[in-house]
Amino acid sequence: MPNLLKAVAFLFRRDLTVALRRSTDILTPLVFFVIVVSLFPLGLGADPAVLRTIAPGVIWVAALLATMLSLNRLFANDHADGTLEQMALAPYPLTLLVFTKVAAHWALTGLPLVLISPLLAVQMNLADSAIGTLVLSLLLGTPVLSLLGAVGAALTLGLRGGGVLVSLLVLPLYTPVLIFGAGAVSGVVTGLDIEAQFSLLGAFLALAVTFAPWAAAAALRVSLD
Amino acid sequence: MHKYASPKFFYSLAGQLTPWLAALTAVLLLAGLYFGLFVAPPDYQQGESYRIMFIHVPAAWMSMFVYVLMAGAGAVALVWNIKLAEMFAACCAPIGASFTFLALVTGSLWGKPMWGAWWAWDARLTSELILFFLYIGYMALQASIDDPRRAARASAILALVGVVNIPVIHFSVNWWNTLHQPASVSRMGAPTIAPIMLVPLLLMALAFTIYFFTVVLMRMRNEILERERHTGWVAEMLNSES
Amino acid sequence: MLEAVDLECVRGDRPLFSHFSFGLAPGELLHVRGRNGSGKTTLLRTLCGLTHPAAGAVRWNGADINALGDEYRDQLSYIGHSNGIQGELTPEENLRVDVTLSGNSDAEIIRATLERLGLAPYLHFPSKVLSQGQKRRLALARLFVQKKSLWILDEPLSALDVSSVALMTELLVDHLERGGMIVMTSHQEIEVETKSVLKTIKLD
Repeated sequence: MPNLLKAVAFLFRRDLTVALRRSTDILTPLVFFVIVVSLFPLGLGADPAVLRTIAPGVIWVAALLATMLSLNRLFANDHADGTLEQMALAPYPLTLLVFTKVAAHWALTGLPLVLISPLLAVQMNLADSAIGTLVLSLLLGTPVLSLLGAVGAALTLGLRGGGVLVSLLVLPLYTPVLIFGAGAVSGVVTGLDIEAQFSLLGAFLALAVTFAPWAAAAALRVSLD
Repeated sequence: MHKYASPKFFYSLAGQLTPWLAALTAVLLLAGLYFGLFVAPPDYQQGESYRIMFIHVPAAWMSMFVYVLMAGAGAVALVWNIKLAEMFAACCAPIGASFTFLALVTGSLWGKPMWGAWWAWDARLTSELILFFLYIGYMALQASIDDPRRAARASAILALVGVVNIPVIHFSVNWWNTLHQPASVSRMGAPTIAPIMLVPLLLMALAFTIYFFTVVLMRMRNEILERERHTGWVAEMLNSES
Repeated sequence: MLEAVDLECVRGDRPLFSHFSFGLAPGELLHVRGRNGSGKTTLLRTLCGLTHPAAGAVRWNGADINALGDEYRDQLSYIGHSNGIQGELTPEENLRVDVTLSGNSDAEIIRATLERLGLAPYLHFPSKVLSQGQKRRLALARLFVQKKSLWILDEPLSALDVSSVALMTELLVDHLERGGMIVMTSHQEIEVETKSVLKTIKLD
């Protein structure tokens, strides 16, 4: 397939272009991320010691939820206007096209979360030494969230109750990433060795990249049937 | 082989098997409860309250077993397009969810005398809770899709993704638990098993398994009637009964 | 050569049609007719490979389309009920996506096609501002930039005005005369003067 690389690169650019022209779609999850984190001091009191303890978990959970919220723009819009069908009819492996879409989705959803997390870390009084770990853990973890989320989004394509239903399907699957991602950050705060956490996050990423696009493509074909 | 894959044949076969399986369930259940409540001695650490283990542990085993069966049936349905496999997977889910719920409730009841609280984030209970969410998600997905074929195939994919993730979730929750467990919470483990305690445990496990097959066959009969309602043999049967 | 062999399709639990067969050779147009709900759209989607039949097979040059996979999809263009147009992209950008996803690299044809179909004034506007008829024309433009031999069209002439219908019919005939194949549904009668074979099939 001589044009495969060109097609993939073009699809990536297309998704970025469409998303950037609908910039509210990108900004909303980001703002949600910030708001959710800000709710915790309001709900729990602003005691710096408490905030510092809960910071890793709170930021990670907020990232999970923000990713969930953004999943509907992965396939739903293309499904509604018929462009997803055209992609399914393209003479290229749907797995690769799905991977490209998820990559474009992460670039404009997951990556901004990663980049804004230091600000939220400061808000939650997280130790400065842990901010690097937070960013790195999110950098490894958010792609996994997008990839697993893609499977959920593909399964629930066009269904009523879409958003909440996707959450129900995918949030239990997110728990390992959450445990090790937040665990890495709290680990570094208490001075533990966090090599294991990062190895596992890396392993999750490798597994997700290998299998999630394929599962999502299969789910898309089922949904388009 | 094709005969067994025919809904009509399966319907009558299931109808014949169900009464026997139900009777067997009752016998095993009575035997298991007798041994568990009267024959097995009280545990020197936990006294009489440990006996709830004879329900909790088999229920937890079943919750896992049924999920694996569900995922397996889903895989068969995806690859070979066998309707009975689709129906089996769909019928498994509520039963598996019930076992999971039973495990959670009995786990909580077991925990109360030990921890003084109705819930503690014990590794096994937490894993059971996440498994419960997986079941609920599966059933929600099935319920949301009107087309039975799409529902079966989509939930099959979901179950396969779930079954692959379950070991990962177990491992992660175990790790998490060792890190965060406060020292005062004792591990909810089975007391050192005296051989006499294995008997009711295995009897109950067997009872639950036969119960599962009894109920799944009954559910499948209903499912077959519903999905095959357009066919001749179902219409004939319903007409002759009315 | 497209063949349907003993196709049986269902929609949910509702059986649509069974034992449906036909053959289509280069230069032929198959006009599928039937009442609303008789399964025309399902049939077309089954021919594309998007929907799986309950029984039977679809064959391309003798081979099952499921076995051929990408190879088969490389031969066809599909226009369904929805236009397959991304509203945020300009008509040109939309067609560029279609071209790239079709495996072709001939990009110059895009401008020419847009002009031929009367969409040139909207070159730099996002497609969402187009009218229904214009969007339908943009959807149909895909056929000319992808240059595939098999066209599967679901109500291609709907929402088009009279002159557009005439233009499209001309282009359809043109495709047939160059050895292409068309399967289409339409509520309108198709009146063409052509040497190409016109087959009509009714789904009931």
